[in-house]
Amino acid sequence: MSVLVYAELDSGRFKKATLEACSYGVALATMRNSDVAAIVIGECHESELLQIVECGISKVFRVLDSHLETFTTTKYISVIQSIVRENGFNTLITSQSYNSKSITPGLSIRLKSAFISGVVGLPRIEDGKEIYQRMAFSGKGVEEVIALLSDIVISVKTNSFGVNKNKTGELNVIPFNFSLSDDVNDIVPKEIIKTSSTISLTDAEKVVSGGRGLKGPENWGMIEELAGLLGAATACSKPVADVEWRPHHEHVGQTGIQISPDLYIAIGISGAIQHLAGVNSSKVIVVINKDSEAPFFKSADYGIVGDAFEVVPKLINAVKKMKNSL
Amino acid sequence: MNILVCISHVPDTTTRITFEPNGKSLNKAGVTFVINPYDEFGLSKAMEFKEKSNDVHISVICVGDIETEPTLRKALAIGADDAFRIDTQPLDSFSVATLIAEWAKNKSFDLIFTGKESIDENSGAVPGMLAELLGFSFISYATKLDVNGKSVIAYREIDNGMEILEAQLPLLVSCQKGIAEWRIPNMRGIMAARSKPLTVINALQVENRVNTLNFKQPEGKTGCVYYSSDNPEELISVLSTKGII
Ligand SMILES: Cc1cc2nc3c(=O)[nH]c(=O)nc-3n(C[C@H](O)[C@H](O)[C@H](O)COP(=O)(O)OP(=O)(O)OC[C@H]3O[C@@H](n4cnc5c(N)ncnc54)[C@H](O)[C@@H]3O)c2cc1C
Repeated sequence: MSVLVYAELDSGRFKKATLEACSYGVALATMRNSDVAAIVIGECHESELLQIVECGISKVFRVLDSHLETFTTTKYISVIQSIVRENGFNTLITSQSYNSKSITPGLSIRLKSAFISGVVGLPRIEDGKEIYQRMAFSGKGVEEVIALLSDIVISVKTNSFGVNKNKTGELNVIPFNFSLSDDVNDIVPKEIIKTSSTISLTDAEKVVSGGRGLKGPENWGMIEELAGLLGAATACSKPVADVEWRPHHEHVGQTGIQISPDLYIAIGISGAIQHLAGVNSSKVIVVINKDSEAPFFKSADYGIVGDAFEVVPKLINAVKKMKNSL
Repeated sequence: MNILVCISHVPDTTTRITFEPNGKSLNKAGVTFVINPYDEFGLSKAMEFKEKSNDVHISVICVGDIETEPTLRKALAIGADDAFRIDTQPLDSFSVATLIAEWAKNKSFDLIFTGKESIDENSGAVPGMLAELLGFSFISYATKLDVNGKSVIAYREIDNGMEILEAQLPLLVSCQKGIAEWRIPNMRGIMAARSKPLTVINALQVENRVNTLNFKQPEGKTGCVYYSSDNPEELISVLSTKGII
């Protein structure tokens, strides 16, 4: 029951979600008493690979091929399939990055595997079977599932397991040569436009989010300042993105991005059920709203009933003071 | 252009989700079902093409029992030409994708739309599986799509950004916000939908690969601890003591 982790590179770096998938793979292999390895596609610095070793994976299949410099689902599915098959792995683990989410379903077909998407935590064992938990109904339900095949593809829900980088080991890189024919009828990537925000919302450990209660785009300065001080990403509710006070990629919720940070601070957001669907797996939720009846307080850990325009500047000062006293 | 839109029949976004006492399934009492919102983006996009050309045919398909027919009728009211229902209870993503693929494989669709995921299972698995089973090129998480003859330019969401792609039809596209605006069916559409064909297809025997054992509600928050708006410093010091910030 050996485990292979797809350790996805993003501009030559491993993101936290990838190291989380590695940590998960190591823990699962330990539970099963089996081997674990990783596959890394593309260029990166040697020191980057050492992070995987710290997560507990020494054996790394390394694929370097000019065809694979840009991601396409077909090419990446083919490479990963070859490594899994040629080396007899029966469990493939990935993060839930957009690219990983785009290849796992297809890979499960190629590998004749069961696909379990977005697991939270290691499986429990009952009658010798691994029972996995995942979230369903947009965070409103927890589902327990079992795979009916022995080969499985698993994606790990972002920020649900954590990164454990406390291992030591010797890096063992196995170059994997993969010849891809030039004529694969595929999609041609033309350009990547990165958003200007420094912290990506899906990876962010902390998020400061604003809603319609902030009255207008000109009032986002304090949201950005608070986020900057906390090292947080910024987000917003749907109506805020709809009227273009904020860019669409900040829209969280049922129809926007689903996030699960350690800390979510909601300012001037009522907490409609569709909004909650995108943020309810945040570990700690802080709500600031002038209406003590706002539904969001029911889903919050900490709350302040008050006017955002008074409370947020005070919070900013408090964070500054805290930082200065450290 | 021959377009297929895959429709999942899901509880309305405002539903308070509860489960049957045995945990096996959703408690459907009082629940309103709708077209999965992400699938509806796909249907809306298909309608944009249809409005620009006389040569666009839109079929919609759903794997489900008779309860799903009102949802398919709504898709017809929005403007699809015909609807198909594969008559079985969906078991897992694999069986759904296989049933649709088996039905669609010889029908020469130019474009297949799905949502990026359905809001009940949230697996996001059917689009990628279906593309693989049909051997279609696949664009996931599309936020923009332009078709010119057989040539396609699409934008797709990636971590921290956007990717611009070129492709050729036939193509499978999984849709999310941005690709089109939802539409509200008008009276004429609703009337017309009554007489449009809705064909029931017998389901092949397909074995599922994942079994759901049970559902439960997540553990709720234990209650909100309030801090005074006069003194938000207190909140910051609590978050800091707990190592949250
Ligand atoms: C199919 C569907 C999908 C949807 N998907 C999403 C989604 O993905 N994400 C999403 O967010 N919404 C979604 N919605 C919309 C959702 O129902 C709500 O309308 C929306 O979340 C409300 O946004 P809001 O909280 O910013 O605004 P409002 O509901 O207007 O709330 C503003 C809040 O700010 C507070 N406030 C006002 N002034 C102040 C002040 N000075 N200081 C502090 N607080 C103040 C008010 O008390 C109020 O609670 C969806 C709706 C539908 C029908």
